[in-house]
Amino acid sequence: MYAVFRKELTDHFNSIRFTILFIVTILAGIFAIYIAIQNIRSVVTPTTEFIFLKIFTTSGETLPSFLFFISLFIPIIGIALGFDAINNERASGNLSRLLAQPIYRDSVINGKFLAGLSVLAIMVISVIGIVAGLGLYIIGVPPTSEEVLRLIVFAVTSIIYGAFWMALSIVFSVFFNRAATSMLASMALWIFFFFFMPMIAGAIADAHIPIDQNSSTALIASHYDMEGIIARISPRTLYEESIAVLLIPELGSLNPALMAISLTSVGRMLTPLPFIQSLLLIWPQTVSIIALAAICFAISYLGFMRQEIRSI
Amino acid sequence: MEQVVVETTDLTKSYNGFIAVDKLNLRIREGEIYGFLGPNGAGKTTTILMLLGLTEPTSGAARVCGYNPTREPLQVKRIVGYLPENVGFYEDLTARQNLRYTAELNNQYKKTPSDNGEEVEKRINNLLTTVGLSKVVDQKVAEFSHGMKQRLGIADVLVKEPKLVFLDEPTSGIDPKGIGEILDLVVKMAKRKVTVIFCSHQLAQVQKICTHVGIFAKGRLVAEGSIDRLGEETAAGGRYRIEVQVAQPSTNLIKLIKQTKGVKDVMGSTADSLLITCNSDLRPQIAKTIVDSGSSLIGMKIEEASLERIYKKYSREG
Repeated sequence: MYAVFRKELTDHFNSIRFTILFIVTILAGIFAIYIAIQNIRSVVTPTTEFIFLKIFTTSGETLPSFLFFISLFIPIIGIALGFDAINNERASGNLSRLLAQPIYRDSVINGKFLAGLSVLAIMVISVIGIVAGLGLYIIGVPPTSEEVLRLIVFAVTSIIYGAFWMALSIVFSVFFNRAATSMLASMALWIFFFFFMPMIAGAIADAHIPIDQNSSTALIASHYDMEGIIARISPRTLYEESIAVLLIPELGSLNPALMAISLTSVGRMLTPLPFIQSLLLIWPQTVSIIALAAICFAISYLGFMRQEIRSI
Repeated sequence: MEQVVVETTDLTKSYNGFIAVDKLNLRIREGEIYGFLGPNGAGKTTTILMLLGLTEPTSGAARVCGYNPTREPLQVKRIVGYLPENVGFYEDLTARQNLRYTAELNNQYKKTPSDNGEEVEKRINNLLTTVGLSKVVDQKVAEFSHGMKQRLGIADVLVKEPKLVFLDEPTSGIDPKGIGEILDLVVKMAKRKVTVIFCSHQLAQVQKICTHVGIFAKGRLVAEGSIDRLGEETAAGGRYRIEVQVAQPSTNLIKLIKQTKGVKDVMGSTADSLLITCNSDLRPQIAKTIVDSGSSLIGMKIEEASLERIYKKYSREG
């Protein structure tokens, strides 16, 4: 398996695809830090803790923050790393030759998955590193140890989230013979989760618990509860909630209504959650993303192992 | 003492009710070039896949070099090379890099860890020279023609120094000169005690290099053996066919030819020609008979039992 892993990794690094993705991601990181630096003065008060994390979360009036960029790019990177993993080997006539070598069949898919995961990890860590480094250089406030810890967990969560998208696109690459089809299928799911799922969640919540300006806080809270539960079917929601809690320690709740109240109450002392409490808060989300990634990988693994070689 | 390399007993494979290979019994000995013949879908490739352990037989058993391919696929794949039909390579890698990867997957570098893989590198160079790719070793495979890829495929199969090689249509889509070179390579392999199983539709090629053939039809082996023996069987006792053109053959002449020693059968095929089957080249005797009988001999043609005839006969039966 090590041979497959090494070859796939080399392939990734030499590919144009990797270069493009890497450049785009780095540019997004630099763009995000530019926006954050422009606006950071308006969000930092003398009592603000975790100033360093603000680099990642501060957005402009119309321009999005680093959090938005990364949650947009990670699925694309994941899909780009996996969508042609198996069907490309098959189309190019390499697969039957590869499987006639004395390696276990699962070494092929395991090696490919691990190589993709490594590339993903390198991308995520380097873009976070670049943003953190530039931020440190520009604002001159060093991160506290807790901030460093939170950033590490943020990186790990992001890698797992990317792994989910990669596993999903590998599933399609096992079952669809054409790389273009599996790419489109992955993109369709991504668009669904990214754009339609929030709308669907909102519509269902509106239909069941209608609210207006005069509604009581309890009603509003339950409305958003429902919306949140439905939206959590989408891995995007799970991921965004996790990173928000990690990088905005003041977030004490995942209910959008309570979030909104706590963040907008002007002059109110916001008590940041201790690191462990933040972790506890996102634990279900993280486990769900890991489970989703594992399920996708298991499906592609079984599909690949059981596939009749004739069709390969 | 010749060793049996491949042996199958009642090997059967069915895909959702369709029987691809039906109770196959094969024995292939060391050093043979064994031709798998048969129309498309006759079960040749499926048989190869089962012998490699890439697909499981529905019933029956196979042994390849003493290993069971279903139970011990890795042992089998270590000593068996397979060149699939429509072979492909990693287009972004050079010919040498592709072979290196195959060598690595076969743990070739670890066999002699002391010399930094120099021996393997040397072998790769030699192989690329043998298949005539020495000038393009460091060119990307994407720039290769179909024939070059096919040759690289043969080098790729030999990297692991196999005892048995399956070649599935190795000459498809290659120009005549290239075909000749590939066939020469196959003969060279066999000289080095590598058993070759050669799958092809090109009967002339099979006849040229194969020592034994097996003809497949609808999943069964309808005929098997050395080409000579099959030839005798096919022609119903006569290995040669002589076509004679005579001006107005009489029934008397036919009778006279039939009496000639060694002639098996005489048929009038068209108005002025006769088809004679016999066991040896009887042209002088037949010519004499015709001239002596007073008829005038216009032409004579002799044809040895060709694989094509054998093939046609058996695939019709199947």
